[in-house]
Order: sequence, then structure tokens, then C-alpha cells
Amino acid sequence: MNRLRVPISLQPLLNSLRDLLPIVIVVSTFQLLVIRQPLPNLLDLLLGILFVVIGLSLFVKGLEMGLFPIGQSMAHAFARKGSLGWLLLFAFALGFGTTIAEPALIAIAREASEIAAAAQLIHSSEDAMQRYALGLRYTVALSVGLAIILGVMRIIRGWPIHWLIVGGYICIIIITEFAPREIIGIAYDSGGVTTSTITVPLVTALGVGLASSLQGRNPMTDGFGLIAFASLTPIMFVMLYGMVIH
Amino acid sequence: MNTLLGLLHTGMRTIWDLLPIALIIFGFQFLYLQRPVPNLKKVLLGFFYVLVGLAFFLEGLELALFPLGKTMAAQLTDPEFLGIVHTENIHWLDYYWVYAFAFAIGYATTVAEPALLAVAIKANEVSGGAIGIWGLRNAVALGVALGLVLGTWRIVTGYPLHWFIISGYLIVLIQTVFAPRMIVALAYDSGGVTTSTVTVPLVAALGLGLAHNIPGRSALIDGFGLIAFASLFPIMTVLAHAQIAQWRAGRQPLSSPEN
Repeated sequence: MNRLRVPISLQPLLNSLRDLLPIVIVVSTFQLLVIRQPLPNLLDLLLGILFVVIGLSLFVKGLEMGLFPIGQSMAHAFARKGSLGWLLLFAFALGFGTTIAEPALIAIAREASEIAAAAQLIHSSEDAMQRYALGLRYTVALSVGLAIILGVMRIIRGWPIHWLIVGGYICIIIITEFAPREIIGIAYDSGGVTTSTITVPLVTALGVGLASSLQGRNPMTDGFGLIAFASLTPIMFVMLYGMVIH
Repeated sequence: MNTLLGLLHTGMRTIWDLLPIALIIFGFQFLYLQRPVPNLKKVLLGFFYVLVGLAFFLEGLELALFPLGKTMAAQLTDPEFLGIVHTENIHWLDYYWVYAFAFAIGYATTVAEPALLAVAIKANEVSGGAIGIWGLRNAVALGVALGLVLGTWRIVTGYPLHWFIISGYLIVLIQTVFAPRMIVALAYDSGGVTTSTVTVPLVAALGLGLAHNIPGRSALIDGFGLIAFASLFPIMTVLAHAQIAQWRAGRQPLSSPEN
């Protein structure tokens, strides 16, 4: 962190502002130069953007204070001395727990349930929508947990990553043939959604810690790849979820 | 007042979202590692921040980013804005501003993404300097931008999503065979990290808005998929970039610790 010399407590605020800045610039350029119409509900938009900035800053600040140091030291501890069974259990729990708390996934699952209700695929009651969204998130979390187990096994056994990825792709292609059309888009999207704010730092810590504690493993090349699995398995599992639900 | 109530409501629900990770962290700490949590006060305060932050963030999404994506989609596909008289047969080329917006938003958000910078620095280290930091960031941002253009074009035309994604996989598979080995895991990882928490909702809303506004499309079948494009294309561009870097370096295989 050598970019800016600011008090530590302001760093998350600056980061989330910087995350939003490109969006604000692109959108306002288009509004002013291309569309040339005022945005409806501008006040709500500005309030919402303020909320996003405050929320994301607090969220990241909180993660850095509590979850990340503990999670990372635990990941290292398990990677170093854990028995295989405990290590795999921890890997699964870490993937599952971080995915359930992932903000982008919460948002997308909610949106998906609204779309499904509007298309009368599920009941349009608040209850049914929440159940659908929660089901989606638990499915994704389960698949990320399994992906991290697979990734940890790969690091321990030294399996080559590309064969696993190729196998994963082939599975996805086969399942797509049988999945209902309505779920395919959400399934493919969920692969990219799962891995952002919380999951990546903790899971990478586990991977790199594991690779550096094993003999003959290079943390640079073997520590990565966990995220890749975590973006593959949700696609399969959400399609299976769709086959069950629809 | 309504906003405040919404915030409280979201806050209550957020507790359930954070419960699993809290249980896991504290559970493993006490049961397996059998250590007290260091700095317990600070950790609990951190969890409180995470809770409040998540509630604000989700409310902000509903207020700003989702409506913004949908409004942009509605405005950019408005026949009046595009100067279209006959709405029954619109050519996909008529929606050129949609593609321009998709490209701009994809490029701008990716190039500024901090997670990508971290990946680029690692790639630079792994490749022994052959892969430049700026070159890689540029390539990935271009990949996301092109991915979103193709993704919006697919929504406009209504072709099945899996044709595109599966062909994309096949290209990635072929690239994997020829790419330097130590970049492979990193390239696959880069697909997931380029779409940040802020970009995902906006892009999703854009897709849903497009599918809603373009005649003959359904939000359920055509609306999703943009994020998939945005996560797949960076893998291609990172692999391509590594291949070009290797080729430029005189066709000498980059040293790989695995071999």
C-alpha cells in the first residue's frame, strides 16, 4: 500500500470512491453528451451512491479489523499443522461461509428471484421469493465449499490444474444440455459473482499458506487456482438447482 | 423515513448472512485451535462494521446502482432517442450506443480495479518481467470491454447464451495447451477477480434492463449472462497476453518451477 499516504482509517473510503469513480464518469459522460436527458430520481441516485460508498467502506474496514486477520492466521495454522480431515473441513466451511456473506451474490440472488417471480416461475409472494433467493445462495455456497476442497486437494497432491479445469468445462457443457433455459443465464453469471470481496482474500490466504508450507510446492504457481474452481462449480450446481426447482 | 426503515430491515436480514462465517471462525478457533481470539474487542467491532456496511451497501444498490443500470438500458434503447420510426424491424446495428456504453463501462471499471493490479503485479513476478503490469491491465480491461459488447449484442439478437460461453471455453482450452504453464492458474483466477462488487450489480441491471426494453426479449432468458462474458474474456486475454509476451521474448520457454 504505497499509493497514498493517508490515515489508515480513510483508506477504505478512498478505495470505494475509486471503485465508483469510473462508473460515475462513464454514466455522466453518456448522460451529458449522448442522451442529453436528466436522470430520473437524481436525488435517490445520489443518496444511493452515498450509501454504497459508506457501506462498502465500513464493510471493508470491518473485514480488515476482524475477519481477515483471524481468517488468515487460521488458514495458515490449518495449512501448517492440520490433519487432512480438519483441513478439508475448514476449507469447505471457509468457502461456504464467505460465499453466503458475499454482497454481490446477495444482490444478484435477490434480483433473480424478482425476475423469476415476474415471469411466474415461482410464486410472487415475498416468502417464495426469499426462499428462491436463499436456495440459490446456499447452492452457490455449497459449490464454492466443494471447490475449495478440490483446490486444496489439488495443492496437496500436486494435480495439474488444467486437467481439472478441462473436466469442469466438459461437465458444464453436458449439464447445459439438460438444464432449463431459464436457469442458464443465472448459473453462468453466478460463477463470476461468487468470488469478490470476502472470498478472494481468505481463500487466497489458504492457498498460498498451504503451498508455502508443503515441500516442493511453489506458492506463486500452486497457491492460485482456488478461485478458478470457485468460479466453475457454481455454474454446474446452479444448473442442477434449476433442474430440481423448475 | 422509508429509506431508514429499509435500512433497518436490511440490517436485520444481514445478521443471518454473516452468522455462518462468524460461527465458522469462532467455532474453529475455540474447538480446534483452542486459542482465545486475539483482540476480541476489535474483532467484534469489526464484525459490527461489516454488518452495518453490508446493510448500507445493499440499500444503496437498490437505490442507485440497480436503477442506474436499468435507466441507462431504457434510455439507450429508446426508439425515439435512436431515431427509429418503424419499431417492428430494428436492426441490431441500430443499438450502437448500447455497445459503446458497454465497452466504456467494461474498460473503465476494470482498468481501475485494485484486485486486477494485484494480479498484474504477481503475473509480472511469475513471468520474470516478461509480462508488463500495464500491458496486462490494459489487455484484461479490453477483454472485459469486448466481452460486454459481445454480451449486449447477444441480448439484442437473442442467441442462446451457452453457444457463446461454450465456444469461449473451447478457445480457452486451446489457448491453455499453448500458454506458458505458470500463467495458467493465474489467468483462470483473473476471470473471477476482475468483476468487482460495485460493477457486478450495475452490469447485471444493464443486462436485465436491455432484455426488458428490447422487443421480443425476456428478462429471465436473455437478461443474465453479462457477468459470465465479463469473467470469461479476461482469461482469454491474459493467456493471449502471456503467449505474445513469450513469443516476443524469442520463443524461449519461460522457466517453470513445475517442470
